[in-house]
Amino acid sequence: MADKIKTKRKFRLFKHKEKKLNRSMAGNTLLFILMGLCGVAMAIPLVMVINNALKPLDELFQFPPKIFVRNPTLENFSDLFILMNDTWVPFSRYMLNTVIITGGGMVGHVIIASLAAYPLAKHNFPGKKILFQMVVLSMMFSWTVTQTPQYMIISWLGINNSYWALILPACAFGMGLYLMKQFMEQLPDSLMESARLDGAGEFRIFWSIVMPNVKPAWLTLAIFQFQQMWGNTGGTFIRDEQLKPLQYSLYQISAGGAARAGAGAAVTFIIAAVPITFFLICQSNVLETMTSSGMKD
Amino acid sequence: MSDTNDRAQAALEKAKKQGRLWYQIKKNRASYIMLAPYFILFFFFTVLPVLMAVGFSFTYYNMLEMPQFVGWKNYIKLFFEDDIFMKSLKNTLILAVVTGPVSYMLCLLFAWIINEFKGKTRAFLTLIFYAPSICGNAYVVWNLILTGDRYGYLNGILMKLGVLDEAVQWMQTEKYVLPVLIVVQLWLSLGTGFLSFIAGLQTVDKSMYEAAALDGVKNRWQELWYVTLPAMKPQLMFGAVMQITQAFAIADVSLQLAGNPSVNYAGATVVTHLLDYGTVRLEMGYASAIATVLFLLMVGSNQLVQKLLRRVGE
Repeated sequence: MADKIKTKRKFRLFKHKEKKLNRSMAGNTLLFILMGLCGVAMAIPLVMVINNALKPLDELFQFPPKIFVRNPTLENFSDLFILMNDTWVPFSRYMLNTVIITGGGMVGHVIIASLAAYPLAKHNFPGKKILFQMVVLSMMFSWTVTQTPQYMIISWLGINNSYWALILPACAFGMGLYLMKQFMEQLPDSLMESARLDGAGEFRIFWSIVMPNVKPAWLTLAIFQFQQMWGNTGGTFIRDEQLKPLQYSLYQISAGGAARAGAGAAVTFIIAAVPITFFLICQSNVLETMTSSGMKD
Repeated sequence: MSDTNDRAQAALEKAKKQGRLWYQIKKNRASYIMLAPYFILFFFFTVLPVLMAVGFSFTYYNMLEMPQFVGWKNYIKLFFEDDIFMKSLKNTLILAVVTGPVSYMLCLLFAWIINEFKGKTRAFLTLIFYAPSICGNAYVVWNLILTGDRYGYLNGILMKLGVLDEAVQWMQTEKYVLPVLIVVQLWLSLGTGFLSFIAGLQTVDKSMYEAAALDGVKNRWQELWYVTLPAMKPQLMFGAVMQITQAFAIADVSLQLAGNPSVNYAGATVVTHLLDYGTVRLEMGYASAIATVLFLLMVGSNQLVQKLLRRVGE
């Protein structure tokens, strides 16, 4: 059975060729110069976060501000570390909360949305069109005004002030389902048909054929969802200090005004560094999948 | 004669359809089971809140007292009495019509170019171009650039070059507000659509390029139009929807750079107006009416864009 599936997956193996076709030298040069110029403009915030985190206090308050640091120091991080040890709720607790909320919201959404995207992309059943349209349209309704009703519903369900109040709504975002459905649509039907003939059930097809073949899609979705969940401060949904995520306490630290400008710069760095690390891991995996399965060079 | 025949045929079809419906539902049990977890959550946390918000738009609701039904009053006020709404609607349309398509093209262009690179360079380039969306401090940078005195980077450079004689208060001058917002928004907009294009380009069959080369596709532009774009149509559709939701919901840029209220409401958008009523004045009924109008606007433009996208590669 597993063997069969493997041979079927080879269906998508195509010749591995290094050389790109239809590329002119002049075109290449032009594009690289364009990329270089735009790249510099796009990199400014990244460069600034890193430099600010390394600036000693006097450079942080320098006016007019300079982008590049002159005397780099790690003082800001040690300041932040001291402040972290000072919090009323132990810092490890905030981290645990963040791991649960971010992990739960991300993994939950990727799995649940993909599971629903598969039949929407590849099965024919009554109600398919209308369900999908609902998801697409839902993304166009302003989030500001749905927040209040959402808060009411969360209270009615009695999951207020718990991890669930953040995780469950995150699982129901429209974007992930839409993204997954679009990618699954591209898979050739023959891929699933042959597995079906081999007696594989729909869940099995989903898990061992569809999902591996749309790895770039769910890795990308994971990036979006991670960023979304990581940026969540708990807001009105979580009142207990012990349940608040890391993001909340980091904001508390950096909100201390001028005296904490150094620690604040370190906080900004950490808040950006974590999703960037996650981003790089996922992105390089998107590439690896492609090389190993040979779908693309 | 043929008319009655057609009608009989239609009735028969309908009866068949109804009979088949239950059978179809039973046959596709597995599909429904797979849909269930998502759609149960989706109903509670997305559909229900949206329906409630639409309901609120017909009420006066200040979040303290029970909502009071007022009929179409909010909508009438919106279109006939609220000058600021009209101004913000105009701004939003300008911003959306300019930034939407341009940023869509930029996402596609950069994703496509990055796709020419390999391995680590590629991941790194992707990060650089996605950086404004992930760093969270993007506005701080622009505030430094646009500072209204001669220490602002833009003023400094232009004065050195002799283009300006004295510093310009960029965000306090009405005519500069919208252009600046457009530039910053474009710079910020390599987000969701961009990454989905990057992933989408990965799934285009390599063999199709070879076949196309044999068929006489000569340069990379032809290859893009006849091979790459048609192959990633699903991603193009997705990107378009994301672009629409982004372009019509522009607000943060304006709030951070132009402030609220911005000078003579030059930077007011539908969503800044909505935020004003929803989070400051706590008039949820009115805010919901604004959201509903915005929603209809987005649905309409989505229809239009999807129609255009079906033409890709023809």
